[in-house]
Amino acid sequence: MLEFYGTKLKNPLMLGTAQYPSPAILADAFIRSEASVATVSLRRESGNELAGQDFWKLIQELNVHILPNTAGCHTVKEAVTTAHMARELFKTKWIKLEVIGEEDTLQPDVFRLVEAARILSEDGFQLFPYTTEDLVVADRLLEAGCEVLMPWGAPIGSGMGLNNVFGLRSMRAHFPDTPLVVDAGLGLPSHAAAAMELGFDAILLNSAVAKAGDPAAMAEAFSKAAIAGQTAYEADPMEKLDMAEPSTPVIGKAFLS
Amino acid sequence: MKIRINGQLEDIDADSLDAALQLLGYGDAKVATAVNGEFVPEDNRAKYILHDGDRLEVLAPMQGG
Repeated sequence: MLEFYGTKLKNPLMLGTAQYPSPAILADAFIRSEASVATVSLRRESGNELAGQDFWKLIQELNVHILPNTAGCHTVKEAVTTAHMARELFKTKWIKLEVIGEEDTLQPDVFRLVEAARILSEDGFQLFPYTTEDLVVADRLLEAGCEVLMPWGAPIGSGMGLNNVFGLRSMRAHFPDTPLVVDAGLGLPSHAAAAMELGFDAILLNSAVAKAGDPAAMAEAFSKAAIAGQTAYEADPMEKLDMAEPSTPVIGKAFLS
Repeated sequence: MKIRINGQLEDIDADSLDAALQLLGYGDAKVATAVNGEFVPEDNRAKYILHDGDRLEVLAPMQGG
């Protein structure tokens, strides 16, 4: 069973909470998909409007594990301070550590990511670093105390799917005992199935569900696809062949020509 | 005393961070705070003294991916 930092999870779908048409549709997406984890963020709160309070109430009612992020942070200091604020606010050691390095692709700044991971890990955080498929960076993140790795499938919000299957497969092979999550860039349930068929432990997505015409139905589709891919990986798929190999037995075939 | 709250300059008559939050209408709202880029835990707000020109960030749970 999927396990992050000693916490067992039933469903490999981790779902973001942004960009839904309404709070009710957001809730419906979680209910129909049975997603196990909800990612959330922190933003400025006005003392007049207190808009974040209603959202917090909604999230608590979903009864899922909360994974706060450091989205939008570009420096180590920003990410570390945001993580501390999130830990107090959400009462969790979990943090989805994002340190963005490039605006067009929202590619993580892996140097700052490793530095922030080291600081936060020493302070007792349980980290979910948003990273690339770079094996050396992955090694450094593990050395820094991360016990989960979350390489991108494609740039955040792009919906492109798995841009570097070779790199993701290499990660799975190099880190057979580390929980791996494909985070970001998925657009279709088939991308989720493909990630899970590679042996990934979970998928994390937001835009592909929230921006669908029917977000709740799409969330359910992603959940089913992820579970299908997981089951397929565990069932040990056949090897690919370059040439055809008849599936119907040749022995016993009638001579009719 | 003038402090910048979530980017907006405000004139506020409060010494402690806790008192400032009350005056600004946060009451018992679930928020996290930072002053001049440094996290200030909830337990420290009552004794944390604000100074003219401080930058206060008040954050709450929000949608995220």
